[in-house]
Amino acid sequence: MANAQDGYAGSWQLNLQTPASPLQAEIYDFHTMLLWITGIIVVFVTALLAYAVVKFRRKKGVEPANFAHNTLIEVIWTIVPIVVLIIIAIPSLKLLYLEDRIPEPELTIKTTGYQWYWGYEYMDYDGLEFMSYPIADEDIDESKGQKRLLSTDNPVVVPVDTNIQILVAAADVIHAFALPAAGVKKDAVPGQLNETWMRIDRPGVYYGQCSEICGTGHSYMPIEIHAVSKEEFDAWTRKQGAKLKPKAIAEDK
Amino acid sequence: MADHKPGFFTRWFCSTNHKDIGTLYILFSIFAGIIGGAFSMYMRMELQDPGVQFMTNEDGSPNGQMWNVFITAHGLIMVFFVVMPGLIGGFGNWFVPLMIGAPDMAFPRLNNISFWLIIPAFLLLIASALVDIGAGTGWTIYPPLSAKLGHPGMSVDMAIFALHLAGASSILGAANFITTILNMRVPGMTLHKMPLFVWSMLVTSFLLVLAVPVLGGAITMLLTDRNFGTTFFNPEGGGDPILFQHLFWFFGHPEVYIMILPAFGIVSHIISTFSRKPIFGYLAMAYAMVAIGFVGFIVWAHHMYTTGISVNTLTYFTVATLIIAVPTGVKIFSWLATMWGGSIIYKTPMLWAIGFIFLFTVGGVTGVVLANAGMDVVLHDTYYVVAHFHYVLSLGAVFILFAGWYYWIGKMSGRMYPEFLGKVHFWMTFIGVNLTFFPQHFLGLAGMPRRYIDYPAPLLPEGLDWWGRTQFMFNEAWMQLHSWATGAVYESTITWGYHGWNFVSSMGAYLAGGSVILFIVIVFWTLFFGRKASDNYWDVEDKIMTLEWTISSPPPFHQFEIQPKVK
Ligand SMILES: [Cu+2]
Repeated sequence: MANAQDGYAGSWQLNLQTPASPLQAEIYDFHTMLLWITGIIVVFVTALLAYAVVKFRRKKGVEPANFAHNTLIEVIWTIVPIVVLIIIAIPSLKLLYLEDRIPEPELTIKTTGYQWYWGYEYMDYDGLEFMSYPIADEDIDESKGQKRLLSTDNPVVVPVDTNIQILVAAADVIHAFALPAAGVKKDAVPGQLNETWMRIDRPGVYYGQCSEICGTGHSYMPIEIHAVSKEEFDAWTRKQGAKLKPKAIAEDK
Repeated sequence: MADHKPGFFTRWFCSTNHKDIGTLYILFSIFAGIIGGAFSMYMRMELQDPGVQFMTNEDGSPNGQMWNVFITAHGLIMVFFVVMPGLIGGFGNWFVPLMIGAPDMAFPRLNNISFWLIIPAFLLLIASALVDIGAGTGWTIYPPLSAKLGHPGMSVDMAIFALHLAGASSILGAANFITTILNMRVPGMTLHKMPLFVWSMLVTSFLLVLAVPVLGGAITMLLTDRNFGTTFFNPEGGGDPILFQHLFWFFGHPEVYIMILPAFGIVSHIISTFSRKPIFGYLAMAYAMVAIGFVGFIVWAHHMYTTGISVNTLTYFTVATLIIAVPTGVKIFSWLATMWGGSIIYKTPMLWAIGFIFLFTVGGVTGVVLANAGMDVVLHDTYYVVAHFHYVLSLGAVFILFAGWYYWIGKMSGRMYPEFLGKVHFWMTFIGVNLTFFPQHFLGLAGMPRRYIDYPAPLLPEGLDWWGRTQFMFNEAWMQLHSWATGAVYESTITWGYHGWNFVSSMGAYLAGGSVILFIVIVFWTLFFGRKASDNYWDVEDKIMTLEWTISSPPPFHQFEIQPKVK
């Protein structure tokens, strides 16, 4: 039933998007674990509820019990949830610190949210910055694989297997930069420079959408990322007429 | 004992009687609920299919601002004008004095002004949607979108005034409840003998007096930013938009407990009554609510995991948020234990209460998922969050609004509701809301952002009207189900995007919407044709009796002229 798609949602999809980065793979696995734990809790509580509903129906001549305390059971249902929460918290916090930042970025891209489009700036290159607008419904060319409300006129091109630092800024109101397949979401806040990172592990086209209400065009500022091989990425930067900044300057950011 | 009821105008417009004010609150809550519900029906119609069919400008282009105004109004109405007036103003006013054996609230005139502030607040909010471009900020009113930059004109100013008035109303009401509960209990009713609904109202009232002033401060700062050139939240003047979010959620997180705690109290009474058993772990239940209320104040930034706050702060808020699951678990298990060994009869209020336990468990565990900052990064601001908070509020608090209505309407009006229709109402709502909100988990996991007027998905063939699109998608859903069940090959034209589950969600919403119409029928049926209710129409036994069952249905205009006794 769930059509698996890569880089965007499948129709009738039930789960998270297919991971395209090691980080999203970790998030995916953590979610699977949570799904098991929460699923068992729901089934357990529902089973108890269903049992009580059937078993303790009012019957003639049967008087209800009168107990209102049981210290042992009360201690158990306080302690067991605490243990379950500790089991959740440990991988949860590990994941959190993994997400936080990448120690040695190989490429830095600054993205800026505008009402209602995204701007991109490759910080390691001179002259590599552009705006990325959505493509209107009537101009969508499905033969090129374009998708309504997701495709942009200027996709962001990134190399695969590269630690990419993403700086997130905003020019007017708050937006949020998101790329579900890579496990990325960070608010773009005026007056603040946020940082996140991604490492895409295979070539492909990946989509995201603005994820903080930003006014009339909130639904219409997609993010489109093309992940290509490192050679193709170099060729693309040359074609854009961009020059790599001297390394010293690049590292001074 | 003769009742000296004042004349119509004095009785209903200058009322100082807690029962009459409670009735006004309940009527207002139902009225506002119909409006807020109609907003959501219109939104679900728009989201049923991709493309924008209903909320368009005159030239047919999408009216994204109108959408944002709708989601904002829906949220604010449901929070401030449906759930709070219903559970706190309505049932709180009616039953706190009755349950503690008091003749009225401590400050009857304050009670009157609390109610009458709600009306202009509501009018201001509705008017804010109609002037200029409307307040399309979301109920969270984050600047700079809510500042002059995002919303010139006066609609946001009017929404702020609406919240000022609603907030003042809540604070005054809460002060009244605290005073009443602490000072007017009958002799012998110590705090540890107080009914759990009264406990829940006491905790809720403390949350209100501590949290709502912070909202008041935040929106006042926003107001001066907008109009008097201050820059509290404007980085160009050294301000910080994130400061607003901290202030808002310092109010906003307790606010969700303000909405659910009274429901907790009501559920306990209903389950005890229909199981013919005392509430299991009474003291643990009371202090679990106190614990939830306390922890509710120190977890606010879990609404702000993606704003860029530091990773150590995220760690703290993750752990603190997870801890809430412990007292919440105590409540769920104690309700089950109250049923255990009981002699349960399934009248309509009990159905709503059992439905609540199930749905609150589902909403609770998705809360545990969202509590993890590391997980939240892919779920934040998606439909997963929408599903979560509708499970705990729309299916939690609202279920108990209905449960309380069915449980107490005989006491309040002196007439019984029609049992069969009440059960039909429950099942329609239960199926409808689950169809509406369960698929939204899938949408959120797949990445669909919330507050979107339109979503990525292939458009349906052109020229289909609403009915044509509905038939098309019924066929699609049926064929998908068929191919999933039988393994038959089905080549769908809809291979990607968020259409499928949005369609199911909208169908569920129509069913739930239909159940509201049935509820209105039930209300009128009860008031005009309902059979007379006896004093203790649920046959609540002595050992679990609360004082409202010791007096007539409806109670006399002034009750407890002779002070009741508590063992
Ligand atoms: Cu945006």
